Amino acid sequence: MPDTMLASPAEEFPPTEYHVRVGGRGEAVEIMEFNLWYGTKQALFDNTLSIQAGLVTALIGPSGCGKSTLLRSLNRMNDLIDGLRISGTIKVEGEDIYAPGADVIAIRKRMGMVFQKPNPFPMSIFENVAYPLRVDGVRDKALVQETVERSLRGAALWDEVKDRLDDSALGLSGGQQQRLCIARAIAGSPEVLLMDEPCSALDPIATAKIEELIDELRGQFTIVIVTHNMQQAARVSDNTAFMYLGRVVEYGDTDTIFTKPKSPRTQDYITGRFG
Amino acid sequence: MAMDAISSPETASTGRAGTDPSRRGSRPSPRLLEGKTRLIDLKAEGQPNLWLLGGALCIAIVMILSLVLLVLWNGLATFWPKPIAVVTLTDGSLVAGEPSRTASFRVGQEVLATLPPEAQAEIAANGGYASRTLYRTGNFDLYGDDFRWVADFQARAKEFPRDMVLFERQEWGVFVGRIASFVRDGRTVPVTDPWADEVRQAHRVARDRFLQIRSIQRVEIGEVNHYLESERLRLRRAALQYSEGSRELEAARARFVEREAFYQRQFEELSARAQALMREHEAETVTLVEIGGRERVQPLGTIVRFYPANDVNLLQKLGIYGSRWFEFLTDEPREANTEGGILPALFGTVALTLLLVVFVTPFGVITAIYLREYAKQGRLVSAVRVSVNNLAGVPSIVYGVFGVGFFAYTVGGSIDALFFPEKLPSPTFGTGGLLWASLTLALLTVPVVIVASEEALAAVPRSMREGSLACGASKWQTIRYIVLPRALPGIMTGVILAMARGAGEVAPLMLVGVVKLAPELPIDGFFPFIHLERSFMHLGFHIFDVGFQSRNSEAGKPMVYTTTLLLIFLILVMNLTAITIRNRLKRKFAGSQF
Repeated sequence: MPDTMLASPAEEFPPTEYHVRVGGRGEAVEIMEFNLWYGTKQALFDNTLSIQAGLVTALIGPSGCGKSTLLRSLNRMNDLIDGLRISGTIKVEGEDIYAPGADVIAIRKRMGMVFQKPNPFPMSIFENVAYPLRVDGVRDKALVQETVERSLRGAALWDEVKDRLDDSALGLSGGQQQRLCIARAIAGSPEVLLMDEPCSALDPIATAKIEELIDELRGQFTIVIVTHNMQQAARVSDNTAFMYLGRVVEYGDTDTIFTKPKSPRTQDYITGRFG
Repeated sequence: MAMDAISSPETASTGRAGTDPSRRGSRPSPRLLEGKTRLIDLKAEGQPNLWLLGGALCIAIVMILSLVLLVLWNGLATFWPKPIAVVTLTDGSLVAGEPSRTASFRVGQEVLATLPPEAQAEIAANGGYASRTLYRTGNFDLYGDDFRWVADFQARAKEFPRDMVLFERQEWGVFVGRIASFVRDGRTVPVTDPWADEVRQAHRVARDRFLQIRSIQRVEIGEVNHYLESERLRLRRAALQYSEGSRELEAARARFVEREAFYQRQFEELSARAQALMREHEAETVTLVEIGGRERVQPLGTIVRFYPANDVNLLQKLGIYGSRWFEFLTDEPREANTEGGILPALFGTVALTLLLVVFVTPFGVITAIYLREYAKQGRLVSAVRVSVNNLAGVPSIVYGVFGVGFFAYTVGGSIDALFFPEKLPSPTFGTGGLLWASLTLALLTVPVVIVASEEALAAVPRSMREGSLACGASKWQTIRYIVLPRALPGIMTGVILAMARGAGEVAPLMLVGVVKLAPELPIDGFFPFIHLERSFMHLGFHIFDVGFQSRNSEAGKPMVYTTTLLLIFLILVMNLTAITIRNRLKRKFAGSQF
């Protein structure tokens, strides 16, 4: 379920004045004055954010602040919800994904996504990872084989499952399932990897594995991760955006946000005074 | 669940013990420590209606079990050979037959008056009631009845003579009596022992000959007739297509004359062969004598089976029992369906049910997919959903009327006019048949499939769909590869329910193609091999027909039980197959709950 928004008077919010330029290889995703409504309820207010290519960007904030909604707007997963309206633009590699003629399926193929709960498909491990290729209509067996292996290696799962690729994916443990989902997400060679609280359903050991994996994937993909866990954001991300009531309150490199936050609200949140 | 590979067994077990203290050690529960049992107050347990619920379940189980046991007992006992009793009546006449059941009845005043005083006293002591037994006497051609009641006071003596023989005949039902002699190669051979090799051998030869005659008449002559008929239709098609005097029509006429002569010759050859066999068949007669001494002479080949009912050992009984079941399952009915087999009905039921599944599954699933996945959920869709549910409550006979009016007369009539004009006015698809019957049943059962499929589709977790869409799959790809496979067990449940309902349905079928006796099976050796336009037989209708439409319902009763048993068994087998498939699918998705 997408985080729902607590309605609040708009005046209360400062403009996104705490934005700092963050370093990186250029902008992978550019969010400009993005608003989003579920029916009549506005969930995102004038969000502007530029996500740097090749880095890990964490979205943090209290429940219902709109971070999942923002993440799901990046690959238009919110389109599934009835009565959704948006304004503003989101550009991925310079291309406006909400442009009238935009091909939603092509956009989603450029963005791998990992969900809160592992959601492997009821198929074999191999077929799970090969799924993005299958829906693309790839018939080349050698290519599929190679991609599956590369993706599973990329997700640090290959050694654990290489002897049982034809077993059902549902027989894997939760942590393995989540890594399988990451393998599936990177099998389609996306540019951006979106992770929606990927560790919230996992035990600490599996969480540590996933974090390690994110670290390994850094540089290969632009990663956007939503997390509730501030330690996690501090550990894995290069940049962090703090969101509150549908707005990006502060955005900057992780060290700065966690050590010298500019906004008092950010300060309150990361010190645990609310949230 | 498999353990995460990196967590060592120690950490896993300590972790678990730490979070779940009840597993630590075997600490006895407090209830056991009390050391005494006490009556559980249902009210205190919060279960005051436990007895009510349990009682309702018990009543349901008892009712179902007694029905099943009744059918099972009667159905299985039907074919077991029973002894033949010979009863000497007070007036000196003899009655021979299988005792079938005993009942008590109130003796009428005029009958009572004719009885001797001691019998009258006995009846009076019983409050005016006496006991009587129903004997299956057979010999319908001589007696004009198959059964006879004999009251106890009428009977003077009852014995089971070893030479009484039960004959099952091709026509006229069973004959109870003795075998006097048979004719072989023109000479009469007297018979003393019904088990004698001589008579068994002669019977086998005569029976084979009879079956051969039947095969020539049905199969071979049938084949010639079929080809002759198709030549005739070809000519008629040509006559409809080309004008009088055209070259094509003349050619067709010439061809027909030539082919007709050819098939006529074949026909004559075959019928000559059949007639020669028939003469032999009729020459080899057997003389049967009923208990009163009247004789009945008939060809030996028309006797299906005979055995001295009071002189059979267990092994022979088992043999007779087995051969009767075999005949029942593999042969065609005889004697207005009250005897012989039910193969055409069995075949018709299975074919109908399979076709029903073939039609109802795609129809129901496609509807459900549209309703659940594509249609915009609103008032209209809700209205459609309510209507679909209501359709399940429409009396099935209404579907029958719709089936015959719409499918057979309208659709079938149009098909006939378009594709089979040469056969008109006799209908091909324009009348009830297997195709229309299965479509009617599909219509009748489609609400079940739609409702079950919709629920199954709705139960597919949103996370699965999102996972697929996030991989760049289109909506259809998501439905095709993720949603449908996941919903399959639920859809199968709907199909199983539809199948069970469809297989047991009779009323609509009576309007759309079920017949008492179908001359041909819907599958045969003639192109296109599967003839869905043909009328067919059905076990459910067979039960109704034999039980309530036959000459003598008493004679049909055993057949009703065995047919019911078979129908229940058939539905059980089909359901079990479907359930096995479903469970296999379910196992595939087991453990998906994380």
